[in-house]
Amino acid sequence: MISCNGLKRSFNGQEVLKGINLQVPSGQITVIIGRSGEGKSVFLKHLVGLLKPDSGSIQIDGHDIATARGGQLRAIKEQFGFVFQGGALFDSLNVFENVAFPLRHKTRTPEAEIRSQVEEMLDHVGLAGMGDRYPSEISGGMAKRVAVARALILRPRIILFDEPLAGLDPVISNTILDLIQEVHDRYRFTGVVVSHDIPQIFALADTVAMLFEGRIIYSGVPDEIYQSPDERVQFFLNGGRERK
Amino acid sequence: MSYSLVQKTGSWAIRATIEAGRMGIFLWQALAGMFRPPLRPRTTVLQIHFLGVKSLIVILMTAAFSGMVMGLQGFYTLLRFGSQGLLGSGVSYSLVTELGPVITALMVTGRAGSSMTAELGIMRITEQIDALDAMNLEPVKFLASPRLSGMLVTMPLLSAISAVVGLIGCHLIAVNLLGVAPGVLWEGFVRGVVPRDLVLGLVKSLAFGLTVGWVCSYKGFYAGRGAEGVGRATTEAVVMSSVLILILDYIINSIML
Repeated sequence: MISCNGLKRSFNGQEVLKGINLQVPSGQITVIIGRSGEGKSVFLKHLVGLLKPDSGSIQIDGHDIATARGGQLRAIKEQFGFVFQGGALFDSLNVFENVAFPLRHKTRTPEAEIRSQVEEMLDHVGLAGMGDRYPSEISGGMAKRVAVARALILRPRIILFDEPLAGLDPVISNTILDLIQEVHDRYRFTGVVVSHDIPQIFALADTVAMLFEGRIIYSGVPDEIYQSPDERVQFFLNGGRERK
Repeated sequence: MSYSLVQKTGSWAIRATIEAGRMGIFLWQALAGMFRPPLRPRTTVLQIHFLGVKSLIVILMTAAFSGMVMGLQGFYTLLRFGSQGLLGSGVSYSLVTELGPVITALMVTGRAGSSMTAELGIMRITEQIDALDAMNLEPVKFLASPRLSGMLVTMPLLSAISAVVGLIGCHLIAVNLLGVAPGVLWEGFVRGVVPRDLVLGLVKSLAFGLTVGWVCSYKGFYAGRGAEGVGRATTEAVVMSSVLILILDYIINSIML
């Protein structure tokens, strides 16, 4: 379980996160929605320790990543995989080497075993035979799938997805959604997905939370969000138009 | 108005202090990463190849023409005082202790240092450095330490090559154009340099290598957003490295001479 309490963060005097309280249940996918620029990606980076909050705590199974240092911090971070918005693939490495990267640099897996695992994972994400292509030679949707494969290769307990559908057409978006759902069903990781692509992203969600002006203003099951009495929630769900 | 000036000066001073502290921490982490396992010798060798081998052409050309200019200008300068016999000593001493390390460092900064900054800057803005951090792979150790090691190995070697090629360039001009006896010239080359001078040249090249590797890696690591940020970081890296090379050159000379 991931538990955030009173999370605050400012940049250059501007408060971005104003006290986030959120529980992320284990083994489920929590989707965080909100307008662009609300701080969803900033929040996500706090969860994996890429950013440190000004105050508040982020408990990962009882260990506070916000205050952890050294070996304790490394141990907590080992549980995470992260799929960045643009994929963040290493552009000097081809697809195979990108997916193999965590195995090569974080484990002592023999090369033959690495080859087997990577090829299996590429097949799993629908990229069999594409291992020798470079990131500049593949489409955005393919890059997202490589990023998912790389995040999954070490079977982490928690995977964070930053805007997984950003920049993708509806067909590829559904492909990515189906892929995330399928790997979640297979590996049962705890997932946190930030997105503003509603309502498609609700298809993944066990829980939905909405971030508005630095605070979580809604947290619940996807089916109930449309019944929320909060006008801010309804305004966002209706695409900035008043509900008729 | 004076208050505004004081405020601006104060803000600049605070920013400069924070930046200096961050650079110091970065250097410490990069140096520590060079010796802490897991060591990545293959990555360091690749950096030596990129920084050293691929800089060879520009170093050879720069050194050759530097030596030729020194031979030409040195001869006519010394001729005024009837001391043209000192040409060999003067050129070898200058190349080994001064021009070799400094010109090499400036050329490597322009060619390899700027490339290093740009590469790391692009990795920053495309979140590849964040990806390494999220994988628990200590980005400074993974990216900066091999580059720093590569610079520390490469710079003295390139400086030595630069000095030798410079001497050859001087020979070409002095013997073939100016009529200096080759035996006199090469005896001057040898007599002009003592072991202490070689140490001075080595110390300078190591200091310059550390500076260029540190500054160029740091600027790339913390490049601002977008192409403009990477461009600005590259420019700042080259300018800062070049200025620091010249400042260090004076400091080392004043200590060791």
